Amino acid sequence: MNRWRNGEHLLRVALVYGLGVVAFVLLRMALVPRSFGEFGHYRGNAIAETARQRPVFAGHQACNLCHSDVAALKRTGIHAGVHCEACHGPQAAHASDPGSVRPARLATARLCVRCHAANPARPAAFPQIDPRRHNPGLPCETCHPPHNPLQFLSQHS
Amino acid sequence: MQVQGYMYPNEYELAWSILIVVYPYITGLVAGAFILASLERVFHVEAVKPTYRLALLTALAFLLVAPLPLQLHLGHPERSFEMYLTPHRTSAMAMFGFVYLWYLMAVLVLEIWLDYRRDIVLLSQRTRGWRRAIYRALTLGSSNISAGALAVDERAGYIVTVVGIPSALLLHGYVGFIFGSVKANPWWSSPLMPVVFIFSAMVSGIAAVLLIYMFTTWVRKRALDMRCLDTIARYLLYTFLIDFSLEMLDLVHRIYEANESFRSLDFMVHTRLYLSQIVIQIYIGTLLPLALLGLVQVIKLGATARKRIYACAGSLALVGIFAMRWNVVIGGQLFSKSFLGYTTYKLAFATREGLLPAILLMLLPLPILWGLTKLLPPWPEREAEPAGENRAATLSL
Repeated sequence: MNRWRNGEHLLRVALVYGLGVVAFVLLRMALVPRSFGEFGHYRGNAIAETARQRPVFAGHQACNLCHSDVAALKRTGIHAGVHCEACHGPQAAHASDPGSVRPARLATARLCVRCHAANPARPAAFPQIDPRRHNPGLPCETCHPPHNPLQFLSQHS
Repeated sequence: MQVQGYMYPNEYELAWSILIVVYPYITGLVAGAFILASLERVFHVEAVKPTYRLALLTALAFLLVAPLPLQLHLGHPERSFEMYLTPHRTSAMAMFGFVYLWYLMAVLVLEIWLDYRRDIVLLSQRTRGWRRAIYRALTLGSSNISAGALAVDERAGYIVTVVGIPSALLLHGYVGFIFGSVKANPWWSSPLMPVVFIFSAMVSGIAAVLLIYMFTTWVRKRALDMRCLDTIARYLLYTFLIDFSLEMLDLVHRIYEANESFRSLDFMVHTRLYLSQIVIQIYIGTLLPLALLGLVQVIKLGATARKRIYACAGSLALVGIFAMRWNVVIGGQLFSKSFLGYTTYKLAFATREGLLPAILLMLLPLPILWGLTKLLPPWPEREAEPAGENRAATLSL
């Protein structure tokens, strides 16, 4: 009897830990989605939900339908392989309703350096500048028409 | 960004920052402090008894902070709980969450509770207000502190410590394993890495408890137990010698093996890592404290001189082990896997992964430890309580 009484507090601590485990199991049942693990280590329903999402990118063919002049200019320059929405962002809403949804004007001084800021990991032949020294604050299109960046340079060389 | 030679595109900017240096450093302090505590409990080294409880609370204070550098580095700390909800059993990093939880709940918290149970029951009877409520909650409704019940605590505490030693080794060995198992990185990939991490953890943990014991004794205006201090310093010397020997063994092995990465790593040690590895880690952080601790063993010195030497050696050991973590984490990312180039680590100051948050995270365990010592005083009972309360306790007993 004494032995039981002397070890009683250990049962209490075991009970606290046991309650912790039970709380965790209940929490897990409540929080882990039922479809988790259906196909792999992720929520199975995520596939159907993703498939249901409306596309936000229109694709460059959609842009070319209305902006054929820009598409023609771009085709001749070094940005020919860069699709419109890589710079202008997803434009499906604009493509479906061009009258009321207008694309935002781009801040080229910040946008262009994403690809053209000097970076030792980039190939040496890739055009790169130091944005702190190369006309800081000036929009890039002042000298480089973005749809054909070398056009201005070739005209004034 | 100073890049020399050729780096692959994903290499020139370091992915793991100073926060990932702080993380193994803190877990090392936890494991080391616990091993020091176990010396008294399991190996019956009675001389270190004055530091037993302090070592346990130190381990808990640092363990509570250990995940924070990782969460700050990764962002979205709320997602870390998902690691427990949907564990990824093939990921070493994900499974570390369970190692951490096991060590925190099944070892440290349990051992502290068992060791302090008598004090908690007494404090729940003596204190008033919110303190009483906390202590009453901590008693879990049991106020049995008879000799038989305390004997049960002692026995259960012993078992928890015995389980705790391999758990502490697992905790920090696991950190070493995470680095040592990265086979693509020759600076890390070594089966010795977990063992080196364990012994370096013991060095840093013992040094930290030594310094905290000296500091808290000085603050409380008590006399240092020199027998305790000498014993801790001796264990610090022994573990430091083993740690240094293992690191040298690893070095000799790498030099003799001289595989395809050797020239690149050798160049790095002689250039970018010269200050942090050769000067700070080896000369200042290892050989100098080893010489100081060895000096005390061969020359008979007075108590004041020994105290100063221990404080100096302990501080240098902490610097040396931090440098070791720095050289592992940062050093392992400074060279290209092509072995043709090197990058540099630019440490920012007041950014999310800068020096300032790293310093704050390193200091955070200290106020937590202060709070823990207020809640659960690790000093002998007569010292810990005000005279009035002490008398009341004696009367009630």
